[in-house]
Parts: sequence; structure tokens; C-alpha cells
Amino acid sequence: MAEQLKDFSLLHSDEMVLNMGPQHPSTHGVLRLKIHTDGEIVSRIEPIIGYLHRCFEKHCEYLTYEQIVPFTDRTDYLAAMNMNDAFAIAVEKLLGIEIPERVQYIRVIMAELQRIASHLVAVGTFGLDVGGITPFTWTIRDRERILDLFEYVCGARLLYNYIWVGGVSHDLPEQFIRRTLEFLDYFEPQIDEYNQILTYNKIFIERTADVGTLTPEVAVNYGCTGPVLRGSGVKWDLRKTEPYAVYDKFDFDIAVGDGRMGTVGDTWDRYFVRIVEMKESVKILRQALAQIPGGDVHAAVPKKVRIKEGSVYSRYESARGEVGFYIIAGGKDKPMRVKMRSPAFCNLSVLSEIAEGWMISDVIAILGSLDIVLGEIDR
Amino acid sequence: MTSVIDSMLKLFGSPQAAGSSAVSLIVAVVIAGLVVFTIMAVMAIVAVYFERKVSAFMQDRIGPMEVGIFGFKGGKQFWGGIGQTLADTVKLLVKEDILPKEADKKLMIMAPFIIFIASFLTFIGVPLSENLVVSDFNIGIFYVMAAGSIGVIGIILAGWSSNNKWSLYGALRSAAQIISYEIPIGLSLMLVVIVAGSLNFGDIVAWQAEHRWFFIHSPFAFVAFIIYVIAGVAETNRTPFDIPEAESELVAGWMTEYSGFRWSIFFMSEYANVLIISIIASVVFLGGWLSPLAIFGVHFTWLEGPLWGLFWIFSKAVFFVFVMMWFRWTFPRLRVDQLMYFCWKVLIPFALANIIFISVWELIF
Repeated sequence: MAEQLKDFSLLHSDEMVLNMGPQHPSTHGVLRLKIHTDGEIVSRIEPIIGYLHRCFEKHCEYLTYEQIVPFTDRTDYLAAMNMNDAFAIAVEKLLGIEIPERVQYIRVIMAELQRIASHLVAVGTFGLDVGGITPFTWTIRDRERILDLFEYVCGARLLYNYIWVGGVSHDLPEQFIRRTLEFLDYFEPQIDEYNQILTYNKIFIERTADVGTLTPEVAVNYGCTGPVLRGSGVKWDLRKTEPYAVYDKFDFDIAVGDGRMGTVGDTWDRYFVRIVEMKESVKILRQALAQIPGGDVHAAVPKKVRIKEGSVYSRYESARGEVGFYIIAGGKDKPMRVKMRSPAFCNLSVLSEIAEGWMISDVIAILGSLDIVLGEIDR
Repeated sequence: MTSVIDSMLKLFGSPQAAGSSAVSLIVAVVIAGLVVFTIMAVMAIVAVYFERKVSAFMQDRIGPMEVGIFGFKGGKQFWGGIGQTLADTVKLLVKEDILPKEADKKLMIMAPFIIFIASFLTFIGVPLSENLVVSDFNIGIFYVMAAGSIGVIGIILAGWSSNNKWSLYGALRSAAQIISYEIPIGLSLMLVVIVAGSLNFGDIVAWQAEHRWFFIHSPFAFVAFIIYVIAGVAETNRTPFDIPEAESELVAGWMTEYSGFRWSIFFMSEYANVLIISIIASVVFLGGWLSPLAIFGVHFTWLEGPLWGLFWIFSKAVFFVFVMMWFRWTFPRLRVDQLMYFCWKVLIPFALANIIFISVWELIF
């Protein structure tokens, strides 16, 4: 018996290195994961990024402030309005100009619509990652209606260039408020439908509850923000904790994970925070649409942005977390240096921490729950 | 119950001379084989179209609408785009056939045919109506299960020979899954065999005609029916049990490196397996070619007979196929360990207990 065991230990066994991506259905773009596997169990993950690097930050040094706005669209292409908004707010802080109230409201409306649209993609593709195809088509169907609204406002469906430094490119069209309210009335019951087909599905809960738990300490240490941080139960939302624009005028809650199906900070929590956030966004939208004041949206738009000296770090709560723009102005109409803090980058860095020791299928689910956009990570 | 081969042999004439009997046997086998092949191919084409329309229905889409056939398009009806799968078939057949450089070419070429042969052989024992079975085995259920399980060899070969890590994962997952889920299938069919006292499909249906359909025979038989349907879905590798080809994890599982004609053979076999599982479910548990009106004690003689039997059996089978598609477009996918857990710790204990209980039930009643 002992002899046999000894022989058995001589058997050569090795880890298998599995190359997931950059061409893979569920890496959400061109992420490449080098996965060391022992059978189905994952022992080590190395995320490799940079396949979509487009020198955004360097480009900014050669463009005027107004010209940078369309480039911010292309970083997080699923939440382009948020990126426009984040950059515009940073430059306005640097300029020190006062923005008309109507513009503030329009920006909040756009940002919240975009947040819903982005979370819809996150929820749908997460459904795809765990094998449910139908939720994806449903969420995309409803996202189309938001994109229709955006098209109605500014003519573009994905990359808008709508929110400019000092204002917005056009005022809202006449019927916009009515159509948005119609959409909200249609959309709210749809959330319950997603819950029925996906959130409370037994198989879905089996797949996500207790899987890939991200403890609050780890989340904070890695600099996670947005739904990923809130999924771990940390009440941190820049809209509340450090209100910008007119967010302090609205009544809404910060959605946090409560470990309802398993432990706090598991994959299900990270997913469910997005569902709750969509409901909260609808709340904000209803208030904003009711309160929106009149006025000229072009009042504060400067002819040419020229900033003397100085630097600013401005933070903004996008759909994926804290977007930060650190801008050093060089006295010209172009910035001397722009650094963008990407939320998805920090959120992705936590992957190897929480996904090691789980199975390949779980890695896909965990990655889906982080909701990364490679355009923003690589920039 | 007589089989198609037997009746054809009779038709071809007297089996006096040994030589002519051998020739007529070969002719009969070839004809029957061609018929089975045609059924499988047509079934795959129809099922793909059906699947597209069902998925479109579930997903708030309209599905294929443009491609017509013989100038008929269908418009915005359910049968719109009726030529779509035919066009797809042509596309698959003329597609470039790719064999990876480092692949084990012989095995890779062989694998699709092994899988195809498995479902083809299974079809031989599957009754399509009263007296309409290619070969009527007295051990029909046993044969169908045995022939069906050959397919897993082809899957392992396909996964191994592709020289692709995703394929290997898919093949190993598939082997574990199919071998495990054969046990609950076998146990739930065993219950029927115990009650009916025969492995022959004809006898089982005859028993149901005499007494009552098996899914309402007893609570245990109903549980066995549920177990059979669940395990049958797993056996055909469909969602929520489609982990071997898990699209979002393993790209396409063991089929990753296949293209064109070879891939279409996999596809055809998959739908053939779906049909086989559905037909067996309807024969064994839902009275096969018996008219459903018979449950309520209503007997119309004009609703019986082989042709109506074909209609009834296919209506029941199509219902099962629809249920499988329904599963596929509603459920997420299980993880591989949860799949094994579900089989070994849930289905098999229940199926075993079922067998004990049904034996006691048979002793009492």
C-alpha cells in the first residue's frame, strides 16, 4: 500500500495555464486573463490590460479643453454622459465659473439616465455571463429607449459630446420631459421583471451568493469605488458624501449590499446594488424633472477656455465609481497634463484577490459583477 | 408490434434462397437507414427554426423574417423567414473545413461521426408509432440507453483531438455530466419497467392502454417522470445544464475547433438527441401513440391507428422539445460542481427511493 502511494506521488502533475482573452465572449472587451488552473479550480489570475490603450492622457495635452470633451466620451463608452460631465465639472472648477441652475439640472438628468443605461448593460451582460440569455435582450431593449431619448436630445446614441465646459450643447427639446416621464413609467415595472427572471432565480442565487466575497477592508484598500464598493456594504457615494452639482437637493438613498442571499460583499450583492441603484436613479430623475427651472443654458459657456495657472482634482460618481480628473493648467488653452482616475481599473485590480480559489465559471461571474469597461481601464 | 425491417423483408418476398435473403436484408437496412437519416436531418432543420422562433418569442423579438422558400416568405407571421435554416444549412455545408495544425487529425475527423452514429443507432430502437419502429427489440429501453451513451466517446475524442484547452475542459465536463446523468435516467425508466414488466416499448404502451398513463400511475411514477425530464435535459447538454459547451465560459466547449460540415453533424446529433429524449418521455410516461382523449375515457376509433399514433407521439414530443427550449431561454447555467451535486445527491437518491417505493406499491395494489 505504501509502495503504491509512493508511486502515485511520482506522477507528474502540473498547473495548466489558460489564456482567457483578449478574444473571449465574456471578458467584456479586450481584457486578457492568464489563469493558472488546477483542474477547474483557479489558483492564480493575472489580468493583462492595455489592448485598448489609445493615449487619452497624452492626447489631452495637444487639444484644447473643448476638444477633449469628445475624447472623454470614448473612455467609458457605456457611460459617456458621465465622463463628459466629470470632465466639464473639473474644468469649471479650475475656471471658477458659476453654472446656471438649469444646466445643473439637465446634467443630473443626463447623468442619471446614463447611469440607468450603463447598469442595464451591466445587469444584462452579467446574466449572459452566468448563462441566461433572455435577461440580456430585455435589458438591451429598455436601454434602447434611453438611447432614443439621448438621440432626441443631442442626435447621438453612444458618444454624445453633449455636456460642454460651462453648459450643454443644446437646450432640452420641447417634449423631452414628457417622454422621459413616459419612459420612467414604463421602466419601473421592468425592474421587477428582471428580478423575476434573474435576480431571484434559484440557479442564479446558487451561482452568485457567497461567491467571490469582497470584504469592506479589501475593497477600501484596493481603492474600489462605485457599486463594487457599495456591494461590500460601505456607504460611499460621492453624490451623497461629497455632493456636486445639485445632488444635495434630491432625496435618495445609497444602495448598499446587505448580504441578503449570502455574505455581505458577494457577487449577488454587487449585482443587486445595481438593480437598487436603478430604482434610486428613477427617484432622482422624477424629482429633477419636476423641479427643473427655466433659463439660458449657454449663459456660462466661455468663448475660449484659457486657464492661467493652477491644478485641480475633481471627483465624480460615474456608473462604475469614482472618476477623477487631475488637470494641471499651463496658462494656455491646452492643459499641461491630464490624469484620469479610472474606477474600473481599481475595481479590476481586486479580481485576483477575490477570484482565486474559485472555479473558472466563478471567475467569469465575478468578473461580470465588477462590470469593467476596457476603454476606460486602458484609456 | 412488428418492426419496419421485418415488414420490409416480408414485402420483398420469400426468404427461401440464402443469397436473396441477404440482399433483401441489406436493401431493407439501407432503406430504413436512409429514412432515419432523413428524419434526423429534417428534424434538425425544423427544430432550429422552432428554437429561433421560440427564443424570439421569449426575448421580445420576431426572429428570422426575411428568407423565404420557393417564393413564399410568410410575412410577419410565425412562419416568416421559413427558409432561414435551409440557407444556414447550405452555408454550413459550403463553409471551409478547418483542421488545426497541431490537432490529432484522424481522431478529429472521426469524432463527429461517432457522435452521429450514437444518435443514429439510438433512433433505430425508438418507436415513432404503433408498428412503426425500425427494429423492434424486446430490450428496447436497454438498447436505447446503451446506444445513446456511445456518444460521450465521440465528445471526449473531439475535445482531446482538437488540441485546445477550452475543448478539453468541455470534453471532461461533458464526460462527467453525461455518465452521471445516465443513472437517474436509467433508474426512472427502471420504475416503468418494474411496473409494466417489459423492456419493450410496445409492451409498455400496451400496458398504458390497458391501465393508465405512467405519469399518473402513482405519485412515485410522477416523480420518476419529473426526474426523467430533468436528467434528459442534462443528457442532451442543454441549458441549464449546458456546462460542456458553456458559451460564456468555454467559448464553445468541445466544439470550439470545429467548423462547417463537421460542426453541423454535432448540431444535427444534438437536436436528434433532444428528439429522442422527448419521444422516449412521451412513449414511456405519456402513453406514446395513444390518444390523450383516452385518459378521459373517450374513445374515438377514428383517432387511433398508426397514422394518428404518429401525430400524437409527435405532438407530445414537440411539447417536450418546447419545454426544453423554454428552460434554455429562461434559466441561467449551473456550475459544474453544483451539477454533479444535483445529480448524485438529489436525483439519484430520489430515483432509488422511488424504485423501492414503487416495488412496495406494486406488492400492495
